[in-house]
Amino acid sequence: MTAVAAQPSQVLALARPRSRVLGRLWEGGVVTTLLLCGAFTLFITASIISVLFVEAAKFFSLPDVTLSEFFFGLEWNPLLGATKHFGIWPLICGTFLVTGVAMCFALPCGLITAIFLSEYAPRRLRAVLKPALEILAGIPTVVYGFFALTVITPRLQQIWSGVEVYNALSAGLAVGIMCLPIVVSLSEDALQAVPRSLREGAYGVGGTRFDVSTKIVVPAALSGIVAAFLLAFARAVGETMIVALAAGNMARLTVNPTESSQTMTAWMVQIFLGDASNFGPEYLSSYAVAAMLFVITFILTIIGHVIRVRFREAYQ
Amino acid sequence: MSVAAMTFPRRLVTRRKLRDQLFVIACMVIAAISMAVLVVLLSSIVTQGLKYFRWDFLREVPSRRPAKAGIGPAMWGTIWVCVICALTALPLGVGTAVLLEEFKPKRSWARRIHGFVQLNISNLAGVPSIVYGILGLTLFVQMWDLFGNLSEPTFTFGTREDWYYVQLPFGRGTLAGGLTLMLVVLPIIIVAAQEALRAVPNSLREGAMALGSTPWKVVARMTLPAAVPGIMTGSILAMSRAIGEAAPMLVIAGVVYITFTPKHLMDEFTVMPLQIYNWASLPQEEFHRVAATGIIVLLIVLLTFNALAVFIRQYFQKPLS
Repeated sequence: MTAVAAQPSQVLALARPRSRVLGRLWEGGVVTTLLLCGAFTLFITASIISVLFVEAAKFFSLPDVTLSEFFFGLEWNPLLGATKHFGIWPLICGTFLVTGVAMCFALPCGLITAIFLSEYAPRRLRAVLKPALEILAGIPTVVYGFFALTVITPRLQQIWSGVEVYNALSAGLAVGIMCLPIVVSLSEDALQAVPRSLREGAYGVGGTRFDVSTKIVVPAALSGIVAAFLLAFARAVGETMIVALAAGNMARLTVNPTESSQTMTAWMVQIFLGDASNFGPEYLSSYAVAAMLFVITFILTIIGHVIRVRFREAYQ
Repeated sequence: MSVAAMTFPRRLVTRRKLRDQLFVIACMVIAAISMAVLVVLLSSIVTQGLKYFRWDFLREVPSRRPAKAGIGPAMWGTIWVCVICALTALPLGVGTAVLLEEFKPKRSWARRIHGFVQLNISNLAGVPSIVYGILGLTLFVQMWDLFGNLSEPTFTFGTREDWYYVQLPFGRGTLAGGLTLMLVVLPIIIVAAQEALRAVPNSLREGAMALGSTPWKVVARMTLPAAVPGIMTGSILAMSRAIGEAAPMLVIAGVVYITFTPKHLMDEFTVMPLQIYNWASLPQEEFHRVAATGIIVLLIVLLTFNALAVFIRQYFQKPLS
């Protein structure tokens, strides 16, 4: 009460006497600083685009590189052959082979786990599963790479002797394990956002939990689920350390996951580990590959955004 | 007989119930698989890594002999890089989040820019981390060759004995590494801080405004303090991502054989995930065990960070409404 009953002069002494002009200047300065922070994020994107495309342009202006070979060529052997071939399709093929294996594991398992967590799981099971998935999400990718190399590959070789030491299958499985928590948590968020009244209506007309989940909740949350899938897909495409450790360094046009194959990211790792001299065509090719990778993930992110915004079923 | 039994043949009802039960079993199997994967992953790493696990592992330098190898320089490199990353990413990230959440523009053209920045951030979050590594290589290590090449820096400040030694271009040093990691975690911190700010109820802001606070004072005295636990949780998780990040560091630092701890901002360095990659990519079986030992150390650090984040979430994040 004493503070409230203080004399007006005391209150004035406590409140810092500052001129209105100074206060306004301070306010303006703070907002300008914040605007600069926001502008920095735009600067990052601008510099990614300029760096990648300027260096890629340098690559394409080299004498032994042509745009048409890069986009339509079926051979990628800048380090081995007598004549260097820069056709990106083997790298894209390797990338999508690994990603395909990963998605075959992560998407169905992730969606089913999300449905289970959201619609079925008793609280006690949830309390075990959720932290387990959070731990999986927090494990660095280099650990998954090590796991693929030292645990998954030997097991696969036991089952099937034709599996090579470095292969797309084991890398893909590890990438799938890495993507699983992303798919689960994002899909579960989408499922949870479906209002209860829809479920109750479905239960009211006699649906089992399976009917309610698959015919009501999942369709209602579809835009969020698809966005989650696309995000996981983009993460798998850009995954580096797992494929660098487990998938090998042979760029070839194959759909056989038991052979070794090289992804776009693995090529960049090989270059930046010092397999090529600076500023040679091999070195610059990594920028062109990075630009390609950036474009692919950019398109995936934009599609995910559009689906989430446009096709969202808004309730209430 | 009930109405349901008359309209639906009982056979169909049983079939649907059976399908429901089958789905539960499938769920259980998949849940068991994911738990089993986690258990196998952790147990295989622990069994492989325990052989070389000892206190000296944290102090020793990488060696040709597996029994002598340690992760000391990599650990100090991680500390250097992550401190730089946290010191730069936190102010930038929180500042951007405050701008986007608390200073929402009213004019239509400004709203469009606001939406664009927001979309840009979600796009940055999806950029593969190795692309950030390439960006950092050009932006920080070489600085577009504006300041000459790496061997003859045009500008230096301090000597190589001082921790604050700076040169332009930065070269493959800890500062370039830390700033590159900042690029990687910045979108994560921004999104986390935005969520924390969004969770602060509007009544707090309105109360402060009613007392005559300026917009910045509302943020500084009311909104930000209320959002601090949420921001802390998100930032700690972002930092644990930074600690585990290997791909951008591989581009910045290269795989160099480093047997000393970094001494200044431009010093060469390696980080724990990179050292682990280094060991794991060697053909000898024994070095895989050393890699596993390194992974144990890394996972202990990360689990500590995650536990800290969970602790803060549990004890400081109270609903404010």
